[in-house]
Amino acid sequence: MADYLEKLDHHTDAADPAYGDTEIQNYTINFGPQHPAAHGVLRLVMELEGEIVERCDPHVGLLHRGTEKLIEYKTYLQALPYFDRLDYCSPLGMEHSYVLAVEKLLNLEVPLRAQYLRVFFAELTRICNHMLNLGSHVMDVGAMTPNLWLFEIREDCLNFFERASGARMHSAYFRPGGVHQDVPLKLLTDIADWLDTRLPRLFEDAISLVADNRIFKQRNVDIAVVSKEDALKWGFSGPMIRGSGIPWDIRKSQPYDVYDRMDFDVPVGTNYDCYDRFMVRVEEVRQSARIMKQCLNEMPEGPIASFDRKVVPPKRGEMKRSMEALIHHFKLYTEGFHVPAGEVYVATESPKGEFGVYLVADGTNKPYRCKIRPTAFSHLQAMDFMMKGHMLADTTAVLGAMDIVFGECDR
Amino acid sequence: MGHSAPKIATIEGIVQEIEAILGSMLIETVDHADELGFIVQREALSQAMTLLRDRAQYQQLMEIAGVDYPDRPERFEVAYHLLSVTRNHRIRVKVSTDEDKPVPTVTHIWPVAGWLEREVFDMYGVVFEGNTDLRRILTDYGFKGHPQRKDFPLTGYVELRYSEEDKRVVYEPVKLAQDFRSFDFMSPWEGAEYILPGDEKAKGEAPGAPTPTPPPTSTPKTTEKKADTGAGEAANKAAQAKSEEAPAKPAAQTDEGKGAAKPEDKA
Repeated sequence: MADYLEKLDHHTDAADPAYGDTEIQNYTINFGPQHPAAHGVLRLVMELEGEIVERCDPHVGLLHRGTEKLIEYKTYLQALPYFDRLDYCSPLGMEHSYVLAVEKLLNLEVPLRAQYLRVFFAELTRICNHMLNLGSHVMDVGAMTPNLWLFEIREDCLNFFERASGARMHSAYFRPGGVHQDVPLKLLTDIADWLDTRLPRLFEDAISLVADNRIFKQRNVDIAVVSKEDALKWGFSGPMIRGSGIPWDIRKSQPYDVYDRMDFDVPVGTNYDCYDRFMVRVEEVRQSARIMKQCLNEMPEGPIASFDRKVVPPKRGEMKRSMEALIHHFKLYTEGFHVPAGEVYVATESPKGEFGVYLVADGTNKPYRCKIRPTAFSHLQAMDFMMKGHMLADTTAVLGAMDIVFGECDR
Repeated sequence: MGHSAPKIATIEGIVQEIEAILGSMLIETVDHADELGFIVQREALSQAMTLLRDRAQYQQLMEIAGVDYPDRPERFEVAYHLLSVTRNHRIRVKVSTDEDKPVPTVTHIWPVAGWLEREVFDMYGVVFEGNTDLRRILTDYGFKGHPQRKDFPLTGYVELRYSEEDKRVVYEPVKLAQDFRSFDFMSPWEGAEYILPGDEKAKGEAPGAPTPTPPPTSTPKTTEKKADTGAGEAANKAAQAKSEEAPAKPAAQTDEGKGAAKPEDKA
């Protein structure tokens, strides 16, 4: 070794400036499918030049469960719980698109209280989802504490879901025609207290640790900058398109349920990088809390589901006393309701972006085709061009800022 | 008020505008449930999409969905969902194809189409001409078949398990512990056609015995004469008697009789 170094020392050669360099080839590595920062079962085949990512080929489908095929064999009501299991971090956001699609085909009117309840719990879902995403994003780039604090909030959210629907995660709470059951007043007052005290305290505490943190900024600012043109071309939506500076929010531009009555702001990024996407989500949490407070102020009393007995089953108490209700109960839980032939594409602003349902009905009690438009599918595809020229360690920051859940991506 | 699904304002004259842009490439316009659909010619898809993006401002391709209609001559339908963020409007563009005829790719217009086309290829076997990376995407490495086709069984053909002997995951044909249950909820009053055991005999479709078709006649069937009714003489007589009797009956039940009876009741 010593004589080799001696030989290299003082050696200059104009014709061969790389004298003594060892030629190395591109290095291909597998990131995942079992990797804690892959947010599920993602396999990234990455071609590295040193530590620089040259090419990145995501392999998805490891969690493919054939949801769309299964839905074709289920009645419209039986298909609903599958949506909880798509994006299991924001189950009600998924249900929202589906019930709206079914209602659009049926042209079914939903009572006002049900619309308020849906918006209310959809926003609670958004908070719940962002807690997981923001927490895991900061943990992926090295901060541990905020994640623990944000999971406190997430735990509260899950408890609220349990009190409303009986299930912590897979609520199956939204139904075609309204919601499954009314919420007790105590739950609403508890959530109101929580919005006023616990949520802002825990959330602002946790975010204050990272938002201006030098290490966090070094890991996120100017990482994976996506221009407006690219964001449009790559089919971005949700916080990803807003992070790229396009003020596009389906809740504002194509309002559904009672979002047109809500007063909220749409945050956009200015630098189009991972840090912007993170901060867009942070601001969305505050706006969601604002929407929820408005819902609590304005929510009227009244029915929580349509009285159209050909679609919405009667309550259990009524079913025990009325013969007609019993017949409806039996028919709706065995045969289900028939949806007139037609096709609709309904997209809502799920916490992760545009979640769409393309529903083709043929007049029977089962969907002929139910195509689910996941948000992660488009975003993950852009991974290749977003990663080009970045370091291997930036992968986790880029993935974290994308907010990908594989239940939804792979379906 | 109707449903509460996302409200998309209709743009005045959008149908005429897009019809003018697409011109002869357009086959049919569908306006259903407040959603616009344009069926275009398959060969002209790429050109039509470029025009829609550049001249009608549909900047984003949100989704490509395949649908299988096995009864149609071109069984697959590929539906593209476009979104305009400047005009705040959505449209659907559809083409139809079959197993062999390739659909032109739109990856050069929207790179996002790459995976979306891969998915349609994976699920339906629709080939996209010009897509340079048409690998399977959602199904397993080495999967055979196209699972979203209507003739692909829900259970699939193979199942996998970890084999302790081979120390690896092995594929085996699907074995169901219980038969796959499929309930038919269509009622015969709503168009379902049930074939009960024995029905095939009534149709005379026994092997080698096709039903003879009646010879075509030029004169329409009428019932001018009594003999044309097809009823026997006894039935004709009964009908005659009944029709003569009929007008007399209501006359017997006139209100006069009742009116006369009422004062008596009161008295």
